Amino acid sequence: MTEVLNMPARVLVTKIGLDGHDRGSRIIAAYLRDAGMEVIYTNPWQKIDAVVALAMEEDVDVIGISSLATDHLLVPKLMKALAEAELGHVRVVVGGIVPDEDEADLLAAGVSEVFHPGAMREEIVSSVEGFAAEATNARPQD
Amino acid sequence: MNKIDKPVSLDASADEWQRNYDKMIGQDRTIKNRSGIEVKPLYWPQEDTDGSYGDKVGFPGSDPMTRGIYPTMHRGRTWSQRQLIGLGRPADFNERIKSILKSGASALSIIPCNSVYRGLDCDEVEPEILGTCGTILNTVDDMDVSLKDIPIGELSIGLNDPNPFTMLAQMLIVAENRGIGWDKITGTSNQSDYISHFVANHMFYRLSLPGARRVQMDTIAYLAEHVPNWNALSIVGQHMQQAGATPAQAMGLTLSTAIQYANDCIERGMDPDVFLERFTFFFDISISFFEEVAKFRAGRRIWNNLVVERFGVTNPRAKRFKFHAQTSGLDLTRQQPLNNIARVTAQAMAGIFGGLQSMHTDGYDEVLSTPSPDSAKIAISTQNILKHEAHLCDVADPLGGSYYVEELTDAMEAEILKVIAQVDAQGGMYKAVENGFVQQMIGASALEYQDQVDNGEQIIVGVNAYQEVEDASARPVLKRPPPEHMQDQVKHLKKVKAARDPDALAKGLQDLRDAARSDDINVFGAELDAVRAGATLSEIVEVLRDELGFGMPLVVA
Repeated sequence: MTEVLNMPARVLVTKIGLDGHDRGSRIIAAYLRDAGMEVIYTNPWQKIDAVVALAMEEDVDVIGISSLATDHLLVPKLMKALAEAELGHVRVVVGGIVPDEDEADLLAAGVSEVFHPGAMREEIVSSVEGFAAEATNARPQD
Repeated sequence: MNKIDKPVSLDASADEWQRNYDKMIGQDRTIKNRSGIEVKPLYWPQEDTDGSYGDKVGFPGSDPMTRGIYPTMHRGRTWSQRQLIGLGRPADFNERIKSILKSGASALSIIPCNSVYRGLDCDEVEPEILGTCGTILNTVDDMDVSLKDIPIGELSIGLNDPNPFTMLAQMLIVAENRGIGWDKITGTSNQSDYISHFVANHMFYRLSLPGARRVQMDTIAYLAEHVPNWNALSIVGQHMQQAGATPAQAMGLTLSTAIQYANDCIERGMDPDVFLERFTFFFDISISFFEEVAKFRAGRRIWNNLVVERFGVTNPRAKRFKFHAQTSGLDLTRQQPLNNIARVTAQAMAGIFGGLQSMHTDGYDEVLSTPSPDSAKIAISTQNILKHEAHLCDVADPLGGSYYVEELTDAMEAEILKVIAQVDAQGGMYKAVENGFVQQMIGASALEYQDQVDNGEQIIVGVNAYQEVEDASARPVLKRPPPEHMQDQVKHLKKVKAARDPDALAKGLQDLRDAARSDDINVFGAELDAVRAGATLSEIVEVLRDELGFGMPLVVA
């Protein structure tokens, strides 16, 4: 058990939907990597099915979705797909341009946190670390 | 530099500038400030003390163009106010653009839905994200509705239309149907720079790198012949700066990209004195005020010298460094969002003093959502206030001659030239993006800047300093297109598709495929035929991806 607890957090940083602006996701990936986490990074425009498959294959604790232009509206579908794939323990965070009204919807759909422009490095890193630890504990035991 | 022993008079150059100025300005007006002092169109030193003024600064409209590409600059003709607009259905766009034109915009710009950038028709996209960022433009019918009652032969039109340029093809067919000659169509393909899409802002990236290169070159050649007043190429530094490049890097990489395209055109047998007249540039304006002014002045000087040295250009029009610029959304903050109006104002001023030809000012709420109509109006008003109330257009290059600005311009020039040399050493821009060199450079700069914000070295009001507790309910409420609008649009597409002549359509698409397979048939010409036969955006992109390849951009994290 101790060995498992010492494993670095595994985080998938990706973009779903149609937009391709990736400065935010690249910076977040670097933040998390510098903080000692294992980061799996993808091209933009991922399909929800592909994100779920990759999360399973890479056995991630947290998925970070970066959204600049309304692609965050697809996140509730991702939450549903994760639950159906029995990956309910995987925590999802969203970062980018997310209007307030939409933030409430995302949180209601099970997203753990929404980061807005101006969010600071320590805040993001410590949140993701916390969520990763919770995900590890909530992981179904085989 | 020609070192000289004693000061030289600038009278001869000044006379030449005055003659050109008089010729271009036509009827000049006397401008007096509030104290009654007459404001001249240009100010310059009495004498050139060491030869450096003539070599490095000079007069607007003459070598080395540091002070601007026209003798009159904004006093003669102010920049075009080109706001990016696009929302929902073509009819919604049409309504909005009519109101924007009424409020003073002098050119129009069309932003399609992100689904269009991905090459998808509206019936292929998740309904939640359809039409939330731009207009759905899948067919000639969509374009016709978007431009209803708009005199397309009389306005300069900017299309955010990446390779393979389906929006341009649709617009040319609309013009044809309305009996407007293609020689009357003026404007720019704003997202034609496929290299910048491969490197940064992958949003616009649709075909493989070599495939995009082929379509690009065919389109430039086709338009040069048939749509002579269209700028087929806008070389984009904006994406690279937005992705993290410093202003100097962004300028250097943009000029390297332009060198690549120019070499590609020359290889195709085109004459630089002709095709370079149609090259235009598109840059980001950050809030780093003097750095941006110096970036534009230095870039213009480098380009002016470079086209002569590298391509032997003799036509003065082919040396003109014409550019559009957009204020940087990256500097805007979600915290205390009305502060963004002040930020946009400072950015816009840097662009104006940098000598731009066309500008987009961001809405203050761009960091919260897609800009609202009200914020778009404020953005336009900001430009009008700077023009008419702050009188920023009365004098050409008003910062020229400042010790700070001239020295900074020289220093930026040296940095920019360093970047160009690095790219040259990689074998040119095409190779430097293929092997990831450019992506690495931009990625490293993005992190460096973020570190400065994180450690407080770069203060950002409301973010890492002067924070306030905010009332989120004071933020503007977002309006999305009602879902039934999008359902209507999907139904409408179905109807338009069903009304096509299937044989003509099949032939159009087959001819496009044959053109892509052959080296001798112009792909853009074939694409126009296919669009005329009713082919949709997705059908066109599908055929070209099939034949020319679709590769993911090289992403370096």
